[in-house]
Amino acid sequence: MTSARNRELVALVPVALLLSAGFAAVFAQEGAREDNLSLVYGAYFLAVCLATHIYLRLRLPNADPYLFPLVALLTSFGLVMVYRIDPDLARDQANWFVLGLLLFALTIHFLRDYDVLERYRYTIAGVGLLLLLAPRLPGIGQQVNGAYLGVKLGPLAFQPAEFSKICIVVFLASYLREHREVLIVGARRVLGVTLPPLKHLGPLLVVWGASMFMLVFIRDLGSSLMFFAAFLALLYVATGRFSFVAIGMGMFLLGAWFFASTVPHVHDRIEVWLDPYQDPTASGYQILQSIFAQADGGLFGVGFGQALITIPGTDAPLLPAAQTDTIYSLIVNEVGLFGASAVILAYLLFAARGLKIALLADDGFSKLLATGLTAVFAIQAFVIIGGVTRVIPLTGVTLPFISYGGSSIVANFVLLALLLLISDRARREAAASARGAPLAMEPA
Amino acid sequence: MNRQIVKLFGLIVVLFAILIGFTSYWSVFEAEALKEKNANKRPLLEQQRIERGRILTADGVVIARSVAKGRGDARRYVRRYPEAGLYGHPIGYSFVRYGDSEFEQFHNDELVGNESEFVSLLDELRGQTQEGNDVVTNIDSEAQRIALADLEAAGFGAVVAIEPSTGRVRVMASNPPYDPNRVPFELAELNRNTFETPLVNRATQGLYPPGSTFKVVTAAAGLDSGAISPDSTIVAPGTIDVQGQPLANDFNQDFGAIGLDTALTNSVNTWFAQLGEEVGSDTMFEYMDDFGFGSPPAIDLPDDQVYRSGVYEGRDLLGRGDPVDVARISIGQERLLVTPLQMAEVAAAVANGGRQMKPQIWSRVVDPDGRVTERLDPSQYSQPIDEETAADLTTAMEGVVREGTGTNAAIPGVTVAGKTGTAETPFNESCGGGDLNQAWFIGFAPADDPQIAIAATVECTTAFGGDIAAPIFRDVAEALLSGE
Repeated sequence: MTSARNRELVALVPVALLLSAGFAAVFAQEGAREDNLSLVYGAYFLAVCLATHIYLRLRLPNADPYLFPLVALLTSFGLVMVYRIDPDLARDQANWFVLGLLLFALTIHFLRDYDVLERYRYTIAGVGLLLLLAPRLPGIGQQVNGAYLGVKLGPLAFQPAEFSKICIVVFLASYLREHREVLIVGARRVLGVTLPPLKHLGPLLVVWGASMFMLVFIRDLGSSLMFFAAFLALLYVATGRFSFVAIGMGMFLLGAWFFASTVPHVHDRIEVWLDPYQDPTASGYQILQSIFAQADGGLFGVGFGQALITIPGTDAPLLPAAQTDTIYSLIVNEVGLFGASAVILAYLLFAARGLKIALLADDGFSKLLATGLTAVFAIQAFVIIGGVTRVIPLTGVTLPFISYGGSSIVANFVLLALLLLISDRARREAAASARGAPLAMEPA
Repeated sequence: MNRQIVKLFGLIVVLFAILIGFTSYWSVFEAEALKEKNANKRPLLEQQRIERGRILTADGVVIARSVAKGRGDARRYVRRYPEAGLYGHPIGYSFVRYGDSEFEQFHNDELVGNESEFVSLLDELRGQTQEGNDVVTNIDSEAQRIALADLEAAGFGAVVAIEPSTGRVRVMASNPPYDPNRVPFELAELNRNTFETPLVNRATQGLYPPGSTFKVVTAAAGLDSGAISPDSTIVAPGTIDVQGQPLANDFNQDFGAIGLDTALTNSVNTWFAQLGEEVGSDTMFEYMDDFGFGSPPAIDLPDDQVYRSGVYEGRDLLGRGDPVDVARISIGQERLLVTPLQMAEVAAAVANGGRQMKPQIWSRVVDPDGRVTERLDPSQYSQPIDEETAADLTTAMEGVVREGTGTNAAIPGVTVAGKTGTAETPFNESCGGGDLNQAWFIGFAPADDPQIAIAATVECTTAFGGDIAAPIFRDVAEALLSGE
């Protein structure tokens, strides 16, 4: 079905235009640098996008036509922002983008029959948990801003949580596909509340335990929240029982409250969230500067390359971690509420397309996997944007495809590859059934 | 499962809508409040990158300008005040790390060239960088110099000179002065100096008992309300009894039945106290309000740096209906406290036929290309008294300078109208508790065609208003009239 790919190609046109305009703006802004690096980046990026498009044409002709353009849009926007912060970082980012696409291609190549994932689900879950643990392992673990999120293996540093989230979602999708029936049928009403059967509660408690564990040992409220919310989303979609979600949420809040009062790092994050003005030059500095940057942006923003990131004449940061945690604030600062809303809209469209794939998919595993991957992606965006806008405590999660960071880019391209794989099969089967082939009915 | 997936999407829509909601809150709805936060150095850092416009006197002397420091991205501008302490008041200062005050603060938008967001967007599209405008004031450099020099010779105090027909502020001097260039180095010390309080602009923040200068307001209320005519007489004995306490003239002098001219010329307390009782406290407050008492002066200085004049009960102002001793208010006593600016406005209103103009320090805004983009359009604040009352009052005030307590204000060849005041301030702690006076002179000249209205006051002095404040009036008025 090449019409899907044609639509994809058409959808890539505005991305190309936006990217060119963005790099041209930054180039015009920094014209004094006397190089045309930014234009080279633009051309390079477009060529890579086109190559990916051709690869998809060959390998996944039926896959959703809008997801890749949306990702290209977010990535190119991120590349422009990172370039504007520091051209050296943008070079790294561009390399990771290529590496990400490489892994993207490999995933599509080797996991064409992604059902094999179900067979190795416990192995995958184990790998996922191991990845989460890695930052606390002596010798390779790294502490960043009080949270244990990084791993350093020789010259290679990465954030395992980014990859772990895919493993966990694969496991949960597979586990829930198998056990959803029992969870629904075996549910009993106790005091007016529908509870899951006790013997199947075990694995769910393990997931809860894992996210609490993250809170305590990784000390990162953000990824903990991201994992657990994705789990609840999947549990809800699989069972349709809102009460399970409510119980899970209650347990999470209880655990979070308990650990927030005992783990100093988590406690501080919450204190700062509630009252950032208490210590505006130290603990409250990042979140305050984040919202001050947004206030500086207004409706239209101050323009690409115009916002202050460091205090002029010094290297002292005015917007700390502008290329990672607070990149959204920089976006609001430079392109305003309108530009930032467009970014959020792009994430929303991604979520819409991802869930559309889940709707189209035939089998329970595909449905749950697409739902889980989309949910974890959307929640990640929510956790970091919500963090820098003070909706929730600020944590060190990356803004998918936009923030500077190799792990995030590469892991999210693997996530995209899985979504497109599911989509290709679902749409192929849907097209086949529309032509009169036997229709596989989903159990009601 | 499809139903749940759709519901999940609904939840994601809600979550993302919350994000857009919060982003709107910070970037648009709360943006102005956030820019005011002390922790937010962005507005200052931004302004540091803009070449702030100059501030000039009416005759072209540069009061404040910006000098560039550093190069490239690190280029920033720092404020310089070439005339040192002469214009510390009312111009104030502006430094990124130490904040801003007075005129610099009030006219910040013009000085840094702030435009509406839409205009800045257009500028940005046209590739224009923000530039500051020059602001030209109405201040006369020579008269300002004389006013401050006279004050420094006489004592702490203030002088305010206003052009009656327009409200243009020609002089605003406060002693002791401070040098704005020193603010980055000794702001803390300047603030700590609670005895001299050099950062206080005494012209707008000095609250002093007005003494007999307030009799001008009492006379205005009496004439305008019809309580008296210029020909009416009141019997003015050496002392009268007011609320169980004697109220006396100087040396208990008994004047008999006299009219307004004689009463004002000789500043007869018992005459004005009786007039005040005749007028009544409600009507008195009504006229005071019309003259601007009780409200922050409509001048181009930040609200928190201009104090209201009136009858104070602690930190609160009394008004109509409050129990006050109207007889003592009428002679400038009781709990009445006024700023020099307020008294200059009273003199200017009488001078301008009863029409009180809004006092303004700025005159015009000049953009970097030399074009005048804004020009002061003088506007009336109120009309407390009619033209006839103003004329009758002027006649009486001429007598004060011609043959009364204010002869030291006389200028050869020019008719001067004025009123002296000497309030005893025995309880004033800032005077060190001695038997000292607050000396005043308010007036205008020429009486038949007023060009300038002035209030001059000296605090903590042993001298009388007619001896120490009237000569300051004369010197400043002479400088301004000769410059016309």
